[in-house]
Amino acid sequence: MANKVIYAVYEDPEQLKDGARKLVSNGVKVKDTFSPFPIHGIDPIIGVKRTRLAIAAFMFGITGTCLALLGIWYFNIFDWPMNIGGKPSQALYKNLPAFIPVTFEFTVLCAAHGMVITYLIRNKTLPGMPARNPDPRSTDDKFIIEVRTSDNHGHSAEAITDLMRSTPVFEINERQY
Amino acid sequence: MNFTLSNRARSITFGLMILGALATVVGVMGDHSEHHQHSWASLLINSFFFIGISLGALFFYALQNATETAWTVLLKRVYEAIYSYLPVGALTMVVVLAAGSMHMHHIYHWMDHTLYHEFMVGEGHDAQYVDEAIQGAVANPNYDELIANKKAFLNQPFFWIRTLLYLGVFLYFARWFRAQSLQMDKETGDSLVKRTLLNYRRSALFLVFFAVFSSTLAWDWIMSIDTHWFSTLFGWYVFAGMFCSAMTTAVILVLYLKRKGYLPQVNNSHIQDMGKWVFATSFLWSYLYFSQFMLIWYSNIPEEVTYFMARIDHHPMLMWSVFFINFAVPMVLLMSRDAKRNPRFLIGVGSLILIGHWLDVVLMVMPGSVGHDFHGVGILEVGMFLAFLGMFLYVVLNSLTKAPLTVVNHPYLEESIHHQI
Repeated sequence: MANKVIYAVYEDPEQLKDGARKLVSNGVKVKDTFSPFPIHGIDPIIGVKRTRLAIAAFMFGITGTCLALLGIWYFNIFDWPMNIGGKPSQALYKNLPAFIPVTFEFTVLCAAHGMVITYLIRNKTLPGMPARNPDPRSTDDKFIIEVRTSDNHGHSAEAITDLMRSTPVFEINERQY
Repeated sequence: MNFTLSNRARSITFGLMILGALATVVGVMGDHSEHHQHSWASLLINSFFFIGISLGALFFYALQNATETAWTVLLKRVYEAIYSYLPVGALTMVVVLAAGSMHMHHIYHWMDHTLYHEFMVGEGHDAQYVDEAIQGAVANPNYDELIANKKAFLNQPFFWIRTLLYLGVFLYFARWFRAQSLQMDKETGDSLVKRTLLNYRRSALFLVFFAVFSSTLAWDWIMSIDTHWFSTLFGWYVFAGMFCSAMTTAVILVLYLKRKGYLPQVNNSHIQDMGKWVFATSFLWSYLYFSQFMLIWYSNIPEEVTYFMARIDHHPMLMWSVFFINFAVPMVLLMSRDAKRNPRFLIGVGSLILIGHWLDVVLMVMPGSVGHDFHGVGILEVGMFLAFLGMFLYVVLNSLTKAPLTVVNHPYLEESIHHQI
């Protein structure tokens, strides 16, 4: 049997949430939803795990701190020590206050850029990547639930569409893949 | 739902006051500094720390009105309760400053009028101080050119005009905001919206006043202790300390109320956002503290570094522990989402941060006013702190009982109840 992907199209985010709740409570696994704007509170309904982006950001930040300190140590202490304002560069810790602003900025730079790039890669939305959105209307005024039969071996495609029909759905599309 | 002050809470607050008062008496008897300077300085520390908390709360309250923030609407009464301490705080501040004006202590060195005149005629108590070398005048040994140059700002009449202006404006707005808030409980529909907009405009006006006064009151009440020294960042640094203390106090108070079964509508998202404020204002404080320190450390100008030399040389432990507690502790411990949603943890870290900011005020006041007689925090400071804490808690909790614990009517109340992040 060929795998099918079923799209339930809604006209309102609240209707989509109701539909998703109904599907999930009947044991259907929702693959994803597509909407023109983020739908508040959809994550726990369709069982999206909490993002680990914050942990990644912390790691990027720590990397930035270490790189900045390493760089400053190499440039200003080890390779070419200078006497600035009566403060000869003999040891990193002695001149640390002067290096904090740079370290701070570099930490922020690495955390911010790392976070954005991770986000784009993880969502497969780097510039030039093909759009994964199944229906261009979901960038305008439609809200779409995606269900795959390969995720739902306990339910037939008909049973799933029947369930969707019992919600205030606008239209249902099926596709082979 | 109304809050009732439990007997246990009442006896704890009174217990703190009595214990603190006893410890203060013991401390004052052991205070052998000239004019009991140490005791007065201790009073200044605690007056300023606690009025700072209520000023921070008043500022935050006005900020929420002016930015039309919805999620804090549920918590309005908590901030109102915290700034209800303002009259008591103003009174203790005036006592310290008036005692200085009457030369009962010399915390404010510049209040000595003999510093301002280059010459004197006669000797001892009968001496006349003059600015020009008239017949029979001799050089005044007390003359301090640096302080004399600041006479346009640092003179007693202008100082008192400013002090009373600050306190008057703060008390007026605090009373007005509270009255409006109680009035809104009785209104609905158009008049409610109108009143909210009126609050919005007045809050913006208050913020303008506060922007200036928060800096100048720090110069007047704290920075003028080290009269020769000055720092342009000082006002913001002191303000950040107040702001952080207020945010910390608010979250601890809300968690206490929740634990007692009040404020059922306040959910994890509110708590997490309040925790974020503690985290953010801790960073604001660290940023300003470090900016002030680094510029002075870098330029290394004698008239500027004296402030930090006195602190680093004589109280290195206190100096670094203040920075550690107020910067590293919130950064490491409050960064994660789970930490900000854990009441016990938040109360523990919050209490530590409050102690850190109290120590910060100690470090601002003590080296300049008591100097070599100050050997570290002792029974005098801690005793007075406990007494003030008891008084502060009593005033705040008592104010909570006076009105429904959450506002009854507000255009954003519904949104605040459904706050979710």
